[in-house]
Amino acid sequence: MSQNNTFTLDGKTVPFTDGQTIIQAAMAAGVYIPHLCFNPEFKPHGSCKLCTVKANGRQTSSCTQHPLPDMRVESDTPEINDERRALLQMLFVEGNHFCPSCEKSGNCQLQATAYELKMMSPHFDQFFPDRPLDASHPEYLLDYNRCILCSLCVRASIDVDGKNVFALSGRGIKSHLIVNAKSGRLADTDFSGDDKAAHVCPVGVILKKRVGFATPIGQRTFDEQPISATPHPTVKGA
Amino acid sequence: MVSQINTHAGYLDTILDRRQHNAHNLLQILIEAQEHYGYIHPDALDYLSEHLQLPRARIEGVAGFYSFLHLRPAGVYRVLFSDNIIDRMAGSLDLMAGMCSQLWVEPGKVSEDGQLCISTTSCTGMCDQGPAMLVNNLAINRLDASRVNAICELIREQVPVTAWPVSFFSIEDNIRRRDILLESHFISGSALNALIQRGTQQTLQEIKTSRLRGRGGAGFSTGAKWELCRAATGDQHYVVCNADEGEPGTFKDRVLLNNFADMVFEGMTLCARIVGAAKGFLYLRGEYRYLLDHLQAVLQHRRQLNLLGEAILGLDDFNFDIEIHLGAGAYICGEESALIESMEGKRGTPRNRPPFPVTNGYLDQPTVVNNVETFAAASLIGLRGGDWYAQIGTDTSSGTKILSVSGDCERPGLYEYPFGVSVCQVLSDCGAQDTQAVQISGPSGMCIAPDEFSRRIAFDDIPTAGAFMVFNRSRDMFEVARNFVHFFAHESCGFCTPCRVGTSLLSNMMDKLSHGHGSPYDFAEIEKLNVLLQSTSHCGLGHSACNPVLDTIARFRPAYEKRLAHKEFVPAFDLDHALSQARQMTGRDDTGAHLERSDV
Ligand SMILES: Cc1cc2nc3c(=O)[nH]c(=O)nc-3n(C[C@H](O)[C@H](O)[C@H](O)COP(=O)(O)O)c2cc1C
Ligand code: SF4
Ligand code: SF4
Ligand code: FES
Repeated sequence: MSQNNTFTLDGKTVPFTDGQTIIQAAMAAGVYIPHLCFNPEFKPHGSCKLCTVKANGRQTSSCTQHPLPDMRVESDTPEINDERRALLQMLFVEGNHFCPSCEKSGNCQLQATAYELKMMSPHFDQFFPDRPLDASHPEYLLDYNRCILCSLCVRASIDVDGKNVFALSGRGIKSHLIVNAKSGRLADTDFSGDDKAAHVCPVGVILKKRVGFATPIGQRTFDEQPISATPHPTVKGA
Repeated sequence: MVSQINTHAGYLDTILDRRQHNAHNLLQILIEAQEHYGYIHPDALDYLSEHLQLPRARIEGVAGFYSFLHLRPAGVYRVLFSDNIIDRMAGSLDLMAGMCSQLWVEPGKVSEDGQLCISTTSCTGMCDQGPAMLVNNLAINRLDASRVNAICELIREQVPVTAWPVSFFSIEDNIRRRDILLESHFISGSALNALIQRGTQQTLQEIKTSRLRGRGGAGFSTGAKWELCRAATGDQHYVVCNADEGEPGTFKDRVLLNNFADMVFEGMTLCARIVGAAKGFLYLRGEYRYLLDHLQAVLQHRRQLNLLGEAILGLDDFNFDIEIHLGAGAYICGEESALIESMEGKRGTPRNRPPFPVTNGYLDQPTVVNNVETFAAASLIGLRGGDWYAQIGTDTSSGTKILSVSGDCERPGLYEYPFGVSVCQVLSDCGAQDTQAVQISGPSGMCIAPDEFSRRIAFDDIPTAGAFMVFNRSRDMFEVARNFVHFFAHESCGFCTPCRVGTSLLSNMMDKLSHGHGSPYDFAEIEKLNVLLQSTSHCGLGHSACNPVLDTIARFRPAYEKRLAHKEFVPAFDLDHALSQARQMTGRDDTGAHLERSDV
C-alpha cells in the first residue's frame, strides 16, 4: 500500500506491516526489545514499561506504539537501558523475589531480563510486602510474592480459556491479583492445569506442584542462552 | 445448582432495576448497594455477579479500586478527614487525633463494636472552608474543637447522620470576584435559542473564533475537539462533563455546579447539537454527592422547559438527555480515558492513547470530554458570540479563568479574572500577607516563589486548572511537598510500574528525610526518579508526581537542607523507628523505650 513501510531501530532498517507495533516488527526482524507484560500471543497491555523506546525523540511503549514510515526508533542506548534497569529494580523491591529458592529460577523472564540488562543490585529499599501463598489447589500453587501485575494470566484466562479465573484488584501500590472465588482460593475456581493461564506467567507465581526443580538449575531456558537470543520465550518445563 | 435465597436480593433488585441490569452501570450499582447496606457484602457480590452476568472477580476488582467502596464492614459512621496540606494548616491533624482519642479508636481501624472508623482522604474540595471531613460521604466543613466534640457526642449517642444538625452540612460558595461568567444572569435556553438562529455549523465556528481552551488543565482547543468529534463516525456520539475535580486545592467546579448548573448543562446541550450526541453524562466526584439532588432537580427543570429530552425546542431531530454518574474516591478518574473506563463500570485505569476519546471514547464511540467550566464558558460564547469572548484575556488565552484560592489569606474562595492577571494581583485581592510561595494548579502544577509573583495566569506563562494555594513564611515547604507526594502515591492507579512503585519510593524518601535520615545522595535519587517517571509513566499523574519535590528543592532548598543531618548516605531503616510499634503496644514513650540517638 504505502511506499515505504520501514523504520530504523538503532540504525537498522526494520520493515513493518499495517497494524504491527514497534516491538512486533522488531521481533519479526529478530531484534530484541526488553519486555515483560508483552507476549506475542496476546493483546498488548502497556503496563510494565520495560519496552520503552524513543520514537522520533519521544519516549513511548514499543508494545503499544505503531511505527510510522521512516520513524527513528532508539532502543539499545545507555540512557534507555538505565531506565529499564531502574524499572526492573522497582519490580524486584516491590515484591519478594528470592531467586535462589524460586522454582522458576532460570526460566523466569524477570530474572533473565535483569541478567540481560546487567542489573547488579535491587538498589532501592525493599518493600517486603506481606503476600500469603495459596496452596489450596491440588495441582497448582500461587506464590503471590513474585507477582509483577503484568496481567498475562488475566488476559489468557479471558481471551483464550473463556474463563475469568484471575483479575486485578486494589489500587496503586496495593494493586494485587485475585482469583474468581468467594473464598479467595484457587481451588474454588474453575482453574485447570490445561488452561493457557496456567502457562503464561513470566515469573514464578503460577507454579505446578510436585515437579519442583525437574530441570536442574543450570540447564534451564535462560541458563543456556540469554533472553535476547530467545525472542519468544516459550519456557521449558512449564 | 439451585441458587440459595440471597438475603441481599431485596435492595439489590431495586437498584438493578433502576440501573437497567446494565453492567456498564456497575460502579453506580456498587455505590448504591453500599449506601444501602454500609458496605458491599460478599453475598451481594455473588448476587450481582449472577444478575449482571459478570465474573465475581471482576466486580471485586472494581470495588477494590475505589477508596469509598468497602468490601468489609467499615463502620456505621465512616469519618474521613480531608488531608490536603491546606486542611492540615488549619489544624485537621490535631482535630483528628482529638476525635480518635475521645472515641477510643485508632486511625484507619474500625472500632471493635463495628460502629466507627476515622481515617483520612484526599482533598475533598473544601479548602476555602476547612478543615473538612466527610461523614458517610457527606461533607462537613469549618471543623473546630467544638464542632468535633459535638460530632463525637452524636456518634456516641448513635444518632443517625440524617438526624444531625443541618447547619453542620452547610457549604459556602465564597465567590469573591465575579467577571463575565460568575456575574452572568443566564436565562435557561438562551444559548440554545441563539444556536437555532445562528445554525449549528456557525455556532461551532463561534466556539472556534472564541479560541476557548479547556479549563480542566491540558488546555486543548475546545472548538477543535468538538469539530474532531463531529467528524468522527460512530453509532452514537457522547458528551461528558468532567466534574471529578480531584486536584487538591481546586473547588471552582463545585461552586459552578451549585450556582450555574443550568449554564453547564446548556453548554453540554450545545455541544451535543454540534457533535450529534443524544446522550450526555456528568461525572460527579463522590465527594460532591451532596450536590446530586440539586443537580437532578436542575435537569428535571430543563426537561420541563423542553431543553432536554425529545425534540428539544421543537426540533424533531434534536434529542438529548443527561445522566449523572458518581465517582467513588479516585483522583485518577479525572483523567479523561480513566473517567470513561469508570463510566463503563470498570477500574479507573487510563487507556492507551491514541486513539483519543473524540474518536474512541465511551463504549468506543466518539466522545467529547470537557471540564465543567469549559461547558459554562461555551454557553456564554453560544449566547454572545466568539468575537466578544476572544477580545477578553490575552493572545494565547482568551476569556476568563476561575481560581480557587485557599491557604494563608484573609478571603479564600473563588476569583474570576480575565486571563493575564498577575499572581501578585491575586495575592493582593485575597488579602495574602508575607507570602512565601504559591502552588498553582495543585500538586501537578507548579510552586512559585516571590521573585516570580509578577508572572501571569495564562497558557503561555502559568497555566492552571484553578487551584491557587497560598503559603506564608511560617510554613514549611518541605511538609507541603511531602503532603503532595503522599497524595500521588495514594492516588496512583497502579497500572504502570514507574508510577505505581515510583510514587511509593518517593513518599518513602520524603518520610526518610522528614525523620532526619536524609543525605545529599537522596536529592540525586529524587532527580533520577523524576526523569524516569516523566519519561516512562503511562499518564499525566505519573508525569507530574515529582513536580512538587523538584519545585520546592529548586526554590526552598533550606527547608530540605535543615533535614540533612548527614553528609553521607544513610539507610532508610531506622532502628528506633522500628521500635515504635513495640512502644505503642506497651503504651510507653519514656526515654528508656527509645534507642539512644546521637543527633538529639
Ligand atoms: C491525573 C489527571 C487528573 C485529571 N483530573 C481532571 C479533573 O478532575 N477535571 C477535569 O476537568 N480534568 C481533569 N484532567 C484533565 C482531563 O484528562 C481532560 O483533559 C479534561 O477533562 C478535558 O476537558 P477540557 O478540555 O475542558 O479541559 C485530569 C488529567 C489527569 C492526567
Ligand atoms: S500471576 Fe504472573 S501472569 Fe499473572 S499478573 Fe502476576 S506476574 Fe503476571
Ligand atoms: S502513571 Fe500512575 S496513574 Fe497513570 S497509569 Fe501509570 S500508575 Fe496509573
Ligand atoms: S512490554 Fe510494553 S509495557 Fe510491558
